[in-house]
Amino acid sequence: MQYKSQAVAKPYFIAALALFVAQILFGLIMGLQYVWGDFLFPHIPFNVARMVHTNALIVWLLMGFMGAAYYLVPEEAETELHSPKLAIALFWIFLVAAGLTVVGYLTVPYATLAKVTGNDLLPTMGREFLEQPLLTKAGIVVVALAFLFNITMTILKGRKTAINTVLLLGLWGLAVMFLFSFYNPDNLVKDKFYWWWVVHLWVEGVWELILGAILAFVLIKITGVDREVIEKWLYVIITLTLVTGIIGTGHHYYWIGTPEYWQVWGSIFSALEPIPFFAMTLFAFNMVNRRRREHPNKAATLWALGTGVMAFLGAGVWGFLHTLAPVNFYTHGTQITAAHGHMAFYGAYVMVNLTIISYAMPLMRGRAANSNKSQVTEMWGFWLMTVSIVFITLFLTAAGILQVWLQRVSDNPMPFMMAQDQASLFYWLREWTGVVFLVGLVVYLASFFIKGEEKAAA
Amino acid sequence: MSGTFTTSTARNIFYGGTLFFLLVFLALTFQNEQIIPKRDRREMLANPQIAEGKKLWETNNCIGCHTLLGEGAYFAPELGNVVVRLGSKEAVKAFIKGRPAEGIAGRRSMPQFNFSDKDLDAIADFLEYVSKIDAAKWPPNVQG
Repeated sequence: MQYKSQAVAKPYFIAALALFVAQILFGLIMGLQYVWGDFLFPHIPFNVARMVHTNALIVWLLMGFMGAAYYLVPEEAETELHSPKLAIALFWIFLVAAGLTVVGYLTVPYATLAKVTGNDLLPTMGREFLEQPLLTKAGIVVVALAFLFNITMTILKGRKTAINTVLLLGLWGLAVMFLFSFYNPDNLVKDKFYWWWVVHLWVEGVWELILGAILAFVLIKITGVDREVIEKWLYVIITLTLVTGIIGTGHHYYWIGTPEYWQVWGSIFSALEPIPFFAMTLFAFNMVNRRRREHPNKAATLWALGTGVMAFLGAGVWGFLHTLAPVNFYTHGTQITAAHGHMAFYGAYVMVNLTIISYAMPLMRGRAANSNKSQVTEMWGFWLMTVSIVFITLFLTAAGILQVWLQRVSDNPMPFMMAQDQASLFYWLREWTGVVFLVGLVVYLASFFIKGEEKAAA
Repeated sequence: MSGTFTTSTARNIFYGGTLFFLLVFLALTFQNEQIIPKRDRREMLANPQIAEGKKLWETNNCIGCHTLLGEGAYFAPELGNVVVRLGSKEAVKAFIKGRPAEGIAGRRSMPQFNFSDKDLDAIADFLEYVSKIDAAKWPPNVQG
C-alpha cells in the first residue's frame, strides 16, 4: 500500500463480504422454497427472500466497486485520496441505509413499506432489482455523487492513467444510468423499455468498464507487464464491450410490446457480446504468461484468471445460448435466464471483487501476501465456490430445458406449476450445490483468519 | 500489439466507436417511440383503474415471484396473459381472493393480500391491459 488513504477501502471490503454471506443465505432459502413451497411461509415469502438476495448482491458489488476505487485510484493517480473522512462517512451512510432497507423488507409488508417511505410521492418501487424505497434510492444517488466527487477530485489533482479514466467513466455511467430508476410511467411498455437502461446498461455496459479497469490494475501489479500493453488491451476490451453491448440492449426488447426490428438488432449485436469477454480471458492469461515477476500472492492471480474464464462462460456463452430471438421466444423468462444470471454475476462481478479484495486486503493488513497456508485455504474457497456455481448453472439449465420443453414446445403444453414439479429433481440438486457454495464461502472467509509465515509488504 | 497500434489509437477507437453506436442506439430509441403507440395500448390508460392496478402490482411486489411479459421472478406463473389463461377478469380476482392466509401445505403458496374489491378490480384491469399489449405473439402458448 503506497498511500495511507487507500486504507479506507478496508471497511468497504469487509461490509461487502458480510453482505455476500447474507445474499447466499437468502439464496439458500429461496432454493429450498423451490422444492418445499411453503418453507418459512408466510413469514418470509419467496418475493421477500428474493429482494434480499438480489439487493444484497447489488449493494455488496457496489460496496466492492467503491472499495476498489478507493484503493486503486490513489495508487494510479499517485496522490492521497481527496477526502478519506468523506469516504468513511459515506461508508457508514451507505451501510446503515442498506441495513435499514433489508430490515424494512423483512419486518413490514412491502405495501406498508411503500406507504411509509413515500412511494406515493414518486412511485418507483416494486420493479425487479429496483425494489428499494424512494428514500434508499435517493440515498444511493447522494452517496454515489459524493463518492464520485471524492474520486474525481483525486484523479484531477494526480496522474491520469487509462485505468483511472476507464474506472471513472464506468462509475459515472453507473450513477447516470441509475437515474432512470426514477422514471416509472403508467405505460408498461415504456416502463420496461427504460428499466433496461438501468439494468442492461449497468451489467452489460458500464459495469464492464469498472470490471476491466479493476482487472487491468491487478494484472499490472501481479504480473509486472508494461502498463502500455495492459492499457491497450483495456481499451480494446471496453471498445468491444460498448460497441456490442449498447445496441445489445435490444435483446430485451423482443417481447415487451416494442417494435419487431429489435429482434434483428438485438440478436446481431448481443450475439457479439461474448467477444469482449473472450478478449478478457485472453488478456488475463496472456498477461500472466508474460509476467515479469513472481508475485507472492498466488490467490489473487487465481482469482484474476478465474474472472476471465468464468465471465466468458457465464456472461458470454450462457448469454449467447438464449440471446437469438428465435431461441429466446421459447426460453424468455424461464430457468435458462436464471442459469445465465447466476454464472454471469458470479463470473464477472463477484469474482472481480474477490480479485481486488484478494490482492488488496493483505497489503492493507501490512503484508505483500498472506501466508502459504492462508492462500491455500483461499484457493479451496475459490474452487468450491466456482465449481458449485458451474453445477448450479448446469442444474438450472437442465431445469430450464425441461421447463421449455414441457411448458412451451410440446404439442400439449403443461401448466407452469405442473412443469415445475417435473423439474424438482434439478431444483434439489441445485439446492445441495448451493450448500456446497456456502461451505466454499465459509472456507474462503476462514482464510482471512489463518496466520502463518508471511512476507512483509514491499 | 505494437507498432502503429498505440494506446492512444486504441483510446480514440474506444471513444469514436462508443459514440457512434450510442448514437445509433438513440436513433433506434427515437424510432421505437414513434412505433410503440401502435402496440402499447396507451389509449386504454384513459381508464385510471389501470394505473391504480399497476401501482398495486408494484407495491405488493408481484414481480418478486411472477413474470410479466417474461420479466420478473420464475417462481410463479407468467401473468401477462393470465386473464386469457383463466378465461376472465372475474376468475383472476377469485384466484387472488381465494389464497389461504397460511398457505398450502408443502406447496408454493401465494400470500393472502386482503385486497378490497376495488383493488381487485384495478389489478384485473391492469392485467387485462397487459394481455392486450402487442408482444410479437409471445408467449408461445396460453400456458405462458
